[in-house]
Amino acid sequence: MIVARILANGLDRRVAAFLVALVAIAIAVPALNLLLPPDNPLHVPTHVVALFGKYLCYALLALSLDLAWGFCGILSLGHGAFFALGGYAMGMYLMRQIGARGVYGNPELPDFMVFLNWKELPWYWYGFDQFWFAAIMALLVPGLLAFCFGWLAFRSRVTGVYLSIITQAMTYALLLAFFRNDMGFGGNNGLTDFKEILGFNVQSAGTRGALFAASALFLALGIAVTATVTRSKLGKLMVAVRDAESRTRFIGWRPERIKLFGFTLSAVMAGVAGALYVPQVGIINPSEFAPANSIEVVIWTAVGGRGTIVGPVIGAVLVNWAKSWFTVALPDMWLFALGALFVAVTLFLPRGIVGMWDQWRSGRKELRAVGVGSAEPTVETPIVRAKPVSAPALDASAPQPAE
Amino acid sequence: MNDPIQRPLLVIAALIAALAGLLAPASAQDNAALVQRFATENFGEIANAVNALATSGSERASPVIEALRDSRLVYRQGDRAVFIRQADGSFADAATGAAADAGATRPVRLNNNVRRAIEAAMGALTLMHPDARRRAAAAEAVFKSRDAGALAALTQAIGQERDTRVKRLMEEARAAIVVADASAPDADRITAIGVIQRRGDQDALAMLGSLPANTTASVREAAETATATIRRSLAFWEAGQNVWYGLSLGSVLLLAAIGLAITFGVMGVINMAHGEMVMIGAYTTFVVQQAIRAIAPGLMDASLFIALPMAFLVAGAIGVAIERLIIRHLYGRALETLLATWGVSLILQQAVRSWFGPTNREVTTPSWMSGSFEIGNLAITANRLAIIVFAGLVFAALLMFLKRTPFGLQTRAVTQNRRMAGAMGIRTNWVDALTFGLGSGIAGLAGVALSQIDNVSPNLGQGYIIDSFMVVVFGGVGNLWGTLVGAMTLGIANKFLEPYAGAVLGKIIVLVLIILFIQKRPRGLFALKGRAVEA
Repeated sequence: MIVARILANGLDRRVAAFLVALVAIAIAVPALNLLLPPDNPLHVPTHVVALFGKYLCYALLALSLDLAWGFCGILSLGHGAFFALGGYAMGMYLMRQIGARGVYGNPELPDFMVFLNWKELPWYWYGFDQFWFAAIMALLVPGLLAFCFGWLAFRSRVTGVYLSIITQAMTYALLLAFFRNDMGFGGNNGLTDFKEILGFNVQSAGTRGALFAASALFLALGIAVTATVTRSKLGKLMVAVRDAESRTRFIGWRPERIKLFGFTLSAVMAGVAGALYVPQVGIINPSEFAPANSIEVVIWTAVGGRGTIVGPVIGAVLVNWAKSWFTVALPDMWLFALGALFVAVTLFLPRGIVGMWDQWRSGRKELRAVGVGSAEPTVETPIVRAKPVSAPALDASAPQPAE
Repeated sequence: MNDPIQRPLLVIAALIAALAGLLAPASAQDNAALVQRFATENFGEIANAVNALATSGSERASPVIEALRDSRLVYRQGDRAVFIRQADGSFADAATGAAADAGATRPVRLNNNVRRAIEAAMGALTLMHPDARRRAAAAEAVFKSRDAGALAALTQAIGQERDTRVKRLMEEARAAIVVADASAPDADRITAIGVIQRRGDQDALAMLGSLPANTTASVREAAETATATIRRSLAFWEAGQNVWYGLSLGSVLLLAAIGLAITFGVMGVINMAHGEMVMIGAYTTFVVQQAIRAIAPGLMDASLFIALPMAFLVAGAIGVAIERLIIRHLYGRALETLLATWGVSLILQQAVRSWFGPTNREVTTPSWMSGSFEIGNLAITANRLAIIVFAGLVFAALLMFLKRTPFGLQTRAVTQNRRMAGAMGIRTNWVDALTFGLGSGIAGLAGVALSQIDNVSPNLGQGYIIDSFMVVVFGGVGNLWGTLVGAMTLGIANKFLEPYAGAVLGKIIVLVLIILFIQKRPRGLFALKGRAVEA
């Protein structure tokens, strides 16, 4: 089992514990939902399963952004685009599964195409009646977009604020494109009204439980992959690029390749998150591409702690849980709270909750040792340590692009 | 008028009648005879009566024919006396207009043939209307209908016309009739084609495209040459119109982006709350106008001039506050600044939404900014023109400010090399705060301008922020000219793509082009050179 192998390789204890916990809830939550009668105090209601399944997808999205931002230093303001593309791939599969049960009863064409008076399926919808094809596309399309975009951007050394802004332009262009009816992705309304996935009704409690378990397991997989990558030599290079891109280049590495790898892997993870998200919420529409959504993902990661593995997961669940609570209890206050969160986290919690926890836990002595270590990098260890504790000292002095 | 062969005869008859009418105004007796012809059941007779009356030059022609059009013309069967039923139900003698007792009457009936005759007659009558606008409209109507029946009246009207613009329209109308008349001499028709070519719009094209079948080759050739010329000139004007729209969009982008460019240039931070400063400027305009409405309604036309400094001060003060409270603490962490200012933008948006409500607020456009005029075939609206001029003024003022004042000098020094500037004794954090205030204040000014062409809602700023980023990224920072060129290029490119690709696709193409452009020039068109870039 992959978890066991990674454990054997010696992950840090916190990540290992987190993985075990995720596998446990992947089994326990659907079981408590399905096996216990509703009047049992330990019963988990179906809507809670659906809600937390959604949070787990957001957590995977936040984790993917953390890989790009926290470890490679690429602040992407367009990660929602990869998420939405993965979601659209899954949505297209679910759309084809509706078959003749749509409002117009057309076995070949989705309802919105019949409505637009289209006669045949556009070529890019071919293959999406097969689950395996849709699943591959959910990985391939975001990955390919990130690869092309990253290849162009990193090769010409677009960095910092400029890079953030063009990632935002990318998701904005996709937003506008997907709003068009002519694109053949349902325009404004997007894809919805799904019936079944792999032959199971998407609404049933059993399917929801399975999707929850899948989300938890994929999140665990994502964490395992991120942890493995960041602990490898490549991961150390990523951190080196994040903290001192020019120095890494002068030593003889190719920062653009390292960044491209991180960015593409991150986009694929975001695509997986989107593909798991769509069957659970039952709709995918262009508003997922909105630049504001992508920026919100950044705050999840920042709240939890960028440059840490478990931070983004905690941040995504906490912020979204708060959002759910606010939008019910104090709907007018949510944007104030979110805005204040952005300001407060950047001002007072630059390393997020997990980063603060680490700082509090570690003794004075260790802190001083790290401070000295990073201030005078020795010749033997030119690569900066990946441990999050080292991030602040470097962050402040690191030459930020476009300064 | 039923029979097409009758038409030329009628035209000649009408011409003679018109000339006769011109020479000797119809007497009361003539009026009675003319009017009496309406007392019939025969539609052909009625149509003839309309023509006769219209060309007689009688002062009773207009009211009688209007009454006929509105089915208010009646006649007594016995003595064939004709009356007009007034709005209040009483009757007036059609020949004299004096009040009369009608008794049992029946209406003069209409069919389509009669209605056509009425239309042509009304057209001819309106050609001599005292109001120049009515005369121009009548000439236009004749140009479109090419009704040969109006030729006589038209010739007469041209002779009397004093207004050169109306006279030109009438001449064009006459030319249209001549061109459409296959029986007219070729030389006349070619001259007429020349007149129509000078008109040079879509109607002229349509006119020249529908020549009668039995037109001679030489006339046809002249028409084709004229068509080609008109098409060329239309394409030229269309390009001109696109440039104008592009300039208008570009100046809006310039206003929205220029403050952003200054703060980005000096401090290296992207202010995501910049759009909200624009929004606050627009709301300031709204509040100022509300106050003026309550205190001094007479000042409404000057409201924008009061709103401008107010918006500058309000937005600038908020900008300085943001800089002092938040951005100052994030110095050197550009990406975190971006996040923090995004948080500020959410708070400002929600604050305005809670305060003023989520719906659009109505901002009055002063009278001097409404209306439009034409240069050639170019329609120019006053509010767009005002915004272009305003953007130009703001740009020039900013340029002067940065080049000619001590503060401008310090700002440029900090932009070029912050640490060296600090070493020279410039208080860089003062410069930061004031620059941020200046940039925000200019966004406030932009808000006053945008309140005139866009909906004033809490989301106003959101719509412009991404476009402003594109302008800054495209134009490069640290150079105002880069922002100007960037804004105008994007504005004009957008408007030229729109007719081919549609508004949304055009925008997508522009975004993709910018993303590709950044690969070539990662620091924009007008990048700063030297050490400052690598700092």
